[in-house]
Amino acid sequence: MEHMGIEKGRLHYSWISSAESTKFVEVVKEVTDAAKAAGPNTNFVKRYMKEAE
Amino acid sequence: MSGNIDRIKEIARGLLETEKVDVVIGFKKGTLPVMSEPTIIRKASDTETLIWDATCRLNLCNYLTGRKDRIGIIAKGCDARNIVGHIVENKIKRDQLVIIGVPCTGMADKKALSDLVGGEVTAYAEAGDQITVKGPAGEKTVSRSEVLQSNCRSCIKRNPVIFDEMAGEPVEELVLENRFADVEKIEAMDAGAKWGYFEELLSGCTRCYACKNACPLCYCPTCFVDESRPQWVGKGTDPIDIRTYHFLRAFHCAGRCTDCGACEAACPMDIKMRAFTRKGVKDCVEKYGWETGMKEGVRPPLDTFKTDDPEAFIR
Repeated sequence: MEHMGIEKGRLHYSWISSAESTKFVEVVKEVTDAAKAAGPNTNFVKRYMKEAE
Repeated sequence: MSGNIDRIKEIARGLLETEKVDVVIGFKKGTLPVMSEPTIIRKASDTETLIWDATCRLNLCNYLTGRKDRIGIIAKGCDARNIVGHIVENKIKRDQLVIIGVPCTGMADKKALSDLVGGEVTAYAEAGDQITVKGPAGEKTVSRSEVLQSNCRSCIKRNPVIFDEMAGEPVEELVLENRFADVEKIEAMDAGAKWGYFEELLSGCTRCYACKNACPLCYCPTCFVDESRPQWVGKGTDPIDIRTYHFLRAFHCAGRCTDCGACEAACPMDIKMRAFTRKGVKDCVEKYGWETGMKEGVRPPLDTFKTDDPEAFIR
């Protein structure tokens, strides 16, 4: 995905067992922080929606 | 390479006459000079219509999917690799096939030919390694190596990997200095530049789907772009929908693409969409040591699990 121009930090992969609640919380925090830092993704907005703005 | 045609016809005729196969899949002369058409012939007398030259760009493996009859198929290096893929993916059985292997020295790029003559090519002829084309700017003769498709310049297997009959002497394989120079150039860009690069690349796309129709890998009965419940991607020509289509197609081809170039050859807008699939080819070589379709009976990397699979991307 990065190769195609999606910024680093927008896409996250992780494998969490249902028993790993602490890891789940950690990962969710990380992902939301990263998403906030990256800001709104304006690249994936359709043309008509951009025009409406 | 067109010199192999007599041998191809002879083998094809033999197969049909002795009823070893029901059909032979090959190329015939197209309605336009540089656009050879895939053809399926059933009668031995029709083998006369077969041709073989540098305009046989499409991948004949595309026409094998799900067939139940016995088939003779003409295969250049990349076609043969795709046939191996088809056998692995259970799209055809090996014992249904008689593969007529043809060593390949590369196919001529249709855009390069039309550029040579400054417009539409009106006549095409091949003599040995020389290609002669006619068009608005007159007649030009070039050697085949000057007008090769870009995937043929980075080809790793010119001779078929599997075949039952060989229609010519094997040709020398290319010695490649850096196969993936084009991919590395894109990798070196930052995210914004990459986005811009692909925006530019896809600006001409009309979503005609010629690329997926020409692709031997795209054999799903209903493609994700055609599904409406759920609808994965918009059906119009909104740039983001076009991009999503090309993104996803590239992912579906990862670890399966042989870089045969049929997608680009079929594209009426000359979009170089191999820029997407090439990344998958490169990653599979680097991360899994995998080259598609080089060996029979080996399952592709995204279909198998190994404990030492790279997992740096996952947390």
